[in-house]
Amino acid sequence: MSWRAAARLLRRLGSVAAEPPARDHTVNSRRTFHWIPSPQHPQCGPRTMGRYDAQHSANKASEVQMHTFGSAAKQIQRNPAYSELNSDDISYFKSILGENGVVQDEDRLAVANVDWMGKYRGASQLLLLPKSTTEVSKILSYCNSRRLAVVPQGGNTGLVGGSVPVYDEVIVGLTGMDKIISFDNVNGILTCEAGCVLENLSTFVENEGFIMPLDLGAKGSCHIGGNISTNAGGLRFIRYGSLHGNVLGLEVVLANGTVLDMLTTLRKDNTGYDLKHLFIGSEGSLGVVTKISVLTPAKLPSTNVAFLSCNDYISCQKLLLAARRNLGEILSAFEFMDHHCIDLAMRHLEGVQNPLPASPYKFFVLIETTGSDGSYDKAKLEAFLLRAMEDGLVADGVIAQDISQASNFWRIREGISEASVKVGAVYKYDLSIPVEKLYDIVEEMRSRVGDNAEVLGYGHLGDGNLHLNILSKKYDDNILAQIEPFVYEWTSAQRGSISAEHGLGLMKAEKIHYSKSPEAVQLMASIKRLLDPNSILNPYKVLPPSVL
Amino acid sequence: MKILVAVKRVVDYAVKVRVKPDRTGVETANVKMSMNPFCEIAVEEALRLREAGAAAEVVAATIGPAQSADTLRTALAMGADRAVHVLHDSPDPARPLLPLSVAKILRAVALQEKPGLVILGKQAIDDDCNQTGQMLAGLLQWPQGTFASKVVLDKEKQKATVDREVDGGIETICLDLPAVITTDLRLNQPRYATLPNIMKAKSKVIKKVTPEELNVDIRSDMEVIQVTEPPKRKAGVILSSVDELLDKLKNEAHVL
Repeated sequence: MSWRAAARLLRRLGSVAAEPPARDHTVNSRRTFHWIPSPQHPQCGPRTMGRYDAQHSANKASEVQMHTFGSAAKQIQRNPAYSELNSDDISYFKSILGENGVVQDEDRLAVANVDWMGKYRGASQLLLLPKSTTEVSKILSYCNSRRLAVVPQGGNTGLVGGSVPVYDEVIVGLTGMDKIISFDNVNGILTCEAGCVLENLSTFVENEGFIMPLDLGAKGSCHIGGNISTNAGGLRFIRYGSLHGNVLGLEVVLANGTVLDMLTTLRKDNTGYDLKHLFIGSEGSLGVVTKISVLTPAKLPSTNVAFLSCNDYISCQKLLLAARRNLGEILSAFEFMDHHCIDLAMRHLEGVQNPLPASPYKFFVLIETTGSDGSYDKAKLEAFLLRAMEDGLVADGVIAQDISQASNFWRIREGISEASVKVGAVYKYDLSIPVEKLYDIVEEMRSRVGDNAEVLGYGHLGDGNLHLNILSKKYDDNILAQIEPFVYEWTSAQRGSISAEHGLGLMKAEKIHYSKSPEAVQLMASIKRLLDPNSILNPYKVLPPSVL
Repeated sequence: MKILVAVKRVVDYAVKVRVKPDRTGVETANVKMSMNPFCEIAVEEALRLREAGAAAEVVAATIGPAQSADTLRTALAMGADRAVHVLHDSPDPARPLLPLSVAKILRAVALQEKPGLVILGKQAIDDDCNQTGQMLAGLLQWPQGTFASKVVLDKEKQKATVDREVDGGIETICLDLPAVITTDLRLNQPRYATLPNIMKAKSKVIKKVTPEELNVDIRSDMEVIQVTEPPKRKAGVILSSVDELLDKLKNEAHVL
């Protein structure tokens, strides 16, 4: 639907459509300007029910309804404009990729068709495994000419269904492109292919005395190309900032096969429009990232981790403020979780020890400092925490005395996501909310779902980012009705983001209007049409189909 | 009764150790150092015995350079009452402090402190010697219970019943106090250093002494000549037939 037609329609429905608050045209305009709201339908796409699920992490899937629901407001139909695969296509792909690069095996496809949470399942019949940028270019050029839809896939650890097909899109997996191309060990600039696993890159650069600027729970499986395509945040965001700041260059293949070489390793380059930023965070909908160059910070020798308990949420907030002031430059992580998270982690994770077993407190905070002088940092952290205790901000806490203890603390925080999947069904929301109000949504949600589900609140408090998880034995539309659209409306009313770091993917493809103005969305649609006129890259996701 | 716990500052268990380019030893500069994991278990056991009422005081001791005081502070933060720091700098990496010297020093400390029980880790993760506890018991002429996986103290009878993890299974022995016990992995799960305890630890006393003041001669009669990494493991080979296997076993491995 074009902008003009929509505007006309909305004017006609003026009284029925949501009343936008006072129009303010500040940069981050967050008018609750809804497109015509649609009734909630569970999404029952062409999922093959009862199909054997080869994915190990979805081991509870057999107990959970195989009915893959979606948060999509209405049922998305397969766009008939896309062609269907035929044997000529397969022959062509085999001729450019070889037999090993073309996968039609049922079991392998079953794994590639489902996301990490077991929530979204596609019906792709073909998985391609290119080994070079040239191969990716040939694949896309062919798919563009044949109008075959494509899903670029990295580690498949995304949480919004952006990495798996919706229907029969061809999956282009980049696991074969996992070479490290070069490393400048004076400046700490790493150049590598997009299919490198983050943990492997971490190990490599740590050997050289540097660290990756991002770290997340999925590091053992996620690809750096996927991290960049989704502008992943993670645990180190508070210290090293966004990938928009750390990525120096990209090589991207566009929808028509054009290879866009922007793989510079320069720190400063103000020549023209900085195109790489378009691809960082566009979730594979504008191009396929094939090579990256990223700035890696120096590995500082001294790390200290403390695990603390607080009486209430206000204390956590004040603690954050105090930490910023007193720990300042050495603060490298500030995570919070409520006691439901700790209980869950203790129940479902193996090999973890509760650092504060006797603590009756409601909130827990994990603080990490990273600096160059071990004894100075430890003294600073201890002094800060003791003062925080005296001031009543911290009720109790422990400081890790060696790396194993520190890993145990991190395991608890990083394992919450993993543990929640083991309960059954997880409704996952990732919100940016002003810090003062951050926990309010958790409590409101708790009163809304009552005894039907367990509500967890945890996240990167230092970045104002809440991960709201609602867990139940199985996916249930009644529970969903309690959650959506309430959670989006609430967030929008606080002028927050309905997706702080997870992206929009399929889950929130219709929800962008809660956090972005119509003008912005229109411009995004124009850019998408410009770069991908046949709309073959990751269709049905990120932007609402109605604007394309 | 007093319990003396000896702890050692070593390269942290989780660090990937590297050999120095000049092959004189292992890289320790800018590397995270922590208390030896078995020593942590020893401190924990001593604290549990004190909490159960079997002992009145837990004294932690270490031998090492000035930075070893950090290890003692960790022991104090876990709950030890006092600490003794025997200062010893080993500037020459070819002559590190060996278990016999350590045992001699600990003997001197034990004779001063007069504990009813000395608990040590069974071995240090840097040298894996597994000798100090046994040598100390020999020098003091005290009974020893090594590789302890369970310790039960009888205060009236002044005896300790120790379950030892040995190759054949579990051996239970009974020791008259004073005795030396070395801890094995499954003895307990060490506690974390809590903030209140860290606060209290700041006012706890660390007594500093030197080996000379204890009248101990720690001249080492062993010299480290070279430290090298073990040879890299070669990749395995996948063979395609039994004939090839026999050929390789005969002509390459020379085992047939």
